[in-house]
Amino acid sequence: MKSLEELKKIRDSMQNKVNIREGKDSDIRVLVGMATCGIAAGAKPVLKAVTDEVARRGLLNVKITQTGCIGICQYEPVVEVLVPGQEKVTYVKMTADKMIRVVNDHLVNGKVVDEYTIGSVSK
Amino acid sequence: MQEISLNILDVAQNSVTAGAKLITITVDEQLASDSLTVVIADDGCGMSAETVKKVTDPFYTSRTTRKVGLGIPFFKMSAEMTGGSFDISSEVGRGTRVTARYVLDSIDRMPLGDINGTIQALITCNPSLDFVYLRRVDDREFTLDTRSMREILGDIPFDRPEVTGVVTDFLSENEQEVSGGASNS
Repeated sequence: MKSLEELKKIRDSMQNKVNIREGKDSDIRVLVGMATCGIAAGAKPVLKAVTDEVARRGLLNVKITQTGCIGICQYEPVVEVLVPGQEKVTYVKMTADKMIRVVNDHLVNGKVVDEYTIGSVSK
Repeated sequence: MQEISLNILDVAQNSVTAGAKLITITVDEQLASDSLTVVIADDGCGMSAETVKKVTDPFYTSRTTRKVGLGIPFFKMSAEMTGGSFDISSEVGRGTRVTARYVLDSIDRMPLGDINGTIQALITCNPSLDFVYLRRVDDREFTLDTRSMREILGDIPFDRPEVTGVVTDFLSENEQEVSGGASNS
């Protein structure tokens, strides 16, 4: 049976890195809608995609959280991206593949992926 | 909802919203009694007896963004359509306990699905809450308790990729062992 002993190694290796990064106001926030409507529409693979991609790229300034239903169930899975000082961007009908592109274009390069936003989808 | 694990993810969110500090999720498969029992228990704000009666009604919700609340009704239906049962007990200020019992070999029982992904998502998205996940198949079982992870890790956050990697391996290897690699679910 596997144990959590390996966590000790991680702790020891990370304690050497003087300060573990605390959350900052300048952090980018990614909110994934995980209410019944979101989950039924496929929010779980989207959440996994963003978590994996952010980890893979080591984006320590990105905080991923889940959120409830914001009332636009027909557009789920919905992902909101909040970059401090900028207007909130709402991505709709997301998939894991679309999410990876949003991480690359928006979170890393600061370019909103217009075609996935609620403004262009609901037209 | 096509998997039991998605129902669990959904209903466990209610515990998060209820301000729980500790959420215990049990997934217990017993071949001898042909049952798969899921229990989600929390120490959140709880509900009055009156509210408990209403939550299985799809047209009841405590939310204000919309008029329907389908999480609990879906979960209840998924268990009852297999010939199983569903129960909620709750006490204001103490917490809530939701139990869904499925008939294991019923043709109408949806697959358990990616339960490890559900547990992982709950842990990484709610780093300030504690989770206990108990998985049992017949007489084999394992437990993941984030309180003991916290003891080892101190202030290293759970959403660090190094940590999630260990949790993923822990869950999948132990799942293999208890379900013998060929889970009935």
